[in-house]
Amino acid sequence: MAMFGLFGSRTSASDAAIEAAALRSDRFRQQREGDWQRLEAIVTRMEKGRLRKISDADLQQLPVLYRTVASSLSVARETSLDAATLAYLESLVQRAWFLVYGPRTTLLGWLGRFLGGEWSRAVRAIWPELLVALALMVAGTAVGWLLCVHNPDWYYALVGDMAQERAPGASREMLRGTLFGQADKQGLSIFAAALFSHNAGIAILCFALGFAFGVPPLMLLVQNTASLGAMLWLFASQGLLYDFVGWLSIHGTTELFAILLAGAAGLHIGRSMAFPGERGVMEAAAAAGQRAAVVMAGVVLMLVIAGMLEGLGRQLIESTEVRYAVGYSILAFWLVYFFAFRRVPQGSEAP
Amino acid sequence: MSRAERLAARAARRNRRRTLVTPEGSALPIELASRGTRLGALAIDLTIIVLVMAFSTLAIGFGAAGLNEVSGGKIDKATGGLRTAFEFLVIVWIALMFLLRHGYFLYFELGPRGATPGKRMTGIRIAARNGGRLSPEMVLARNLLRDIELFLPLMLFVGARAGGSGLTGWLALLWFLLFALFPFFNRDRLRAGDLIAGTWVLEAARHKLAEAMSLGESAARGTSAATGATYRFGEAELAIYGEYELQTLERVLRENRPEAIAAVHEAICRKIGWDPGAGDERAFLDAYYTQLRARLEAGMRMGRRKADKHD
Repeated sequence: MAMFGLFGSRTSASDAAIEAAALRSDRFRQQREGDWQRLEAIVTRMEKGRLRKISDADLQQLPVLYRTVASSLSVARETSLDAATLAYLESLVQRAWFLVYGPRTTLLGWLGRFLGGEWSRAVRAIWPELLVALALMVAGTAVGWLLCVHNPDWYYALVGDMAQERAPGASREMLRGTLFGQADKQGLSIFAAALFSHNAGIAILCFALGFAFGVPPLMLLVQNTASLGAMLWLFASQGLLYDFVGWLSIHGTTELFAILLAGAAGLHIGRSMAFPGERGVMEAAAAAGQRAAVVMAGVVLMLVIAGMLEGLGRQLIESTEVRYAVGYSILAFWLVYFFAFRRVPQGSEAP
Repeated sequence: MSRAERLAARAARRNRRRTLVTPEGSALPIELASRGTRLGALAIDLTIIVLVMAFSTLAIGFGAAGLNEVSGGKIDKATGGLRTAFEFLVIVWIALMFLLRHGYFLYFELGPRGATPGKRMTGIRIAARNGGRLSPEMVLARNLLRDIELFLPLMLFVGARAGGSGLTGWLALLWFLLFALFPFFNRDRLRAGDLIAGTWVLEAARHKLAEAMSLGESAARGTSAATGATYRFGEAELAIYGEYELQTLERVLRENRPEAIAAVHEAICRKIGWDPGAGDERAFLDAYYTQLRARLEAGMRMGRRKADKHD
């Protein structure tokens, strides 16, 4: 088949060769082959991740060439029966399409947009679920408290392993000891990192389970806050409510807020799947899933902060008043950031 | 492979074909990745993750052991700089494990190839189901779900086995199977994460631009280089076949296996009533291919298409 090599050169065929081709579809191919191969070269280099080796001119050409080749494909489909050329064009257009419509940003660029408004917008977008989750958390806390008032045995059922020395019947001094005087303990930073890792796992679970129509996040929220309510009851029964809330607030405002967001995000997915509205279930689930994923990225960030506050701040700050001040100024910061900060970052696609 | 098996394989492939409409409005045929390929890709990725985890744990363990030695075997009671160094190591380890578990897939799927190393090796990638841009939110969502699909139930299962708690183990296994079998219960082979994120996994097909079969001397002019004979086919002789036969012929010519060429040559000759000679099959088929294509393409331009010989 050496004679074929004469015509199928790597670059665009010469005018003489185009003249010589018997078929119109072959002439079409020869005239455009150069563009196809240029696009293929750019795409191949970009796929190999050698972005720096691609000249700016080529990079600017990419979308133009992509559209040229896509239109070549449409024409070829209507005029050519050369199966190999069609297969080549289809795969080339697909590869270029992946690049032209691939993730445009780097991880850092995305982070900038995320912090610069996308996160708070996603949080605002799920406000109905936020209200539901908040109501559930308040109700869970109240239920936990009331159950313990009714029958202290509930305390063990609700708090479980976390209880340790914080059990009904413990003296005021023992309970007080769990709130203060832990600063001399070593390995606080390890404790903080481990806490973060644990809490982030629970928050991701809370979100991911929203998939089952939102029921599991509801249960997780109620269950966790019920044990909170039980502990509140225990400390209140020894007159330590004020100190306990301070101990809890320094990191709890951030951590409970993060859990609230995670639960609401899970709920959001569940609600969109159960009641997709005018769109299909799949479409609704995808839209909700993407919005909720943004919220969740933020939740992980908030849990890093909560972990540091819990592991370091709470152990090092011994004054209840300062604990209140730190906890609630951070809560105020989150509220302002989410609900008053309404900048829409440039280049973001409206969800 | 028997004929039945071949047909079944072809049917399975057709089953995976989808058409995707790009924002410019051109329809692209795509092929969903098979479940086996995806499982293979996942296995490669998990192997990489476990290896990196094991090696970094070893390295950090050696570091900690070194510190222990410096402190005279009492690192848990050490103070000052030694203590800080030890704590630092532990924190690095915790952070690294977290990043490997949650960040590995995220980092690679956000890259220009939209594929983790495992996916790249098996030739698949992720894409947005609606044909639009693959956004970071989608990548994020599909990988957050991976946690409950894979890591969590497996860890529960292993934990329950080790702890001797039978019921939890079985529940964890059930949970795992529920998600693992998810791709078998929808048409697009989506796993739960794909469903939530609006993504799917595709074959990243690559084709080289092959030479046109209609450009050679014998093809373009119908003249044989070997014998000097010129093949010209009449309307009636070309009207027998359609596009399907043309593409079969193209494949035979590209593969260029002598026995196939001879068989096809004989079949065509018999069909059009020529006397099948021997020795110049290739030139004959080249000419027939080009002239059949010219005829069918001319028909296409007029809006007439002939799918196959029965059409």
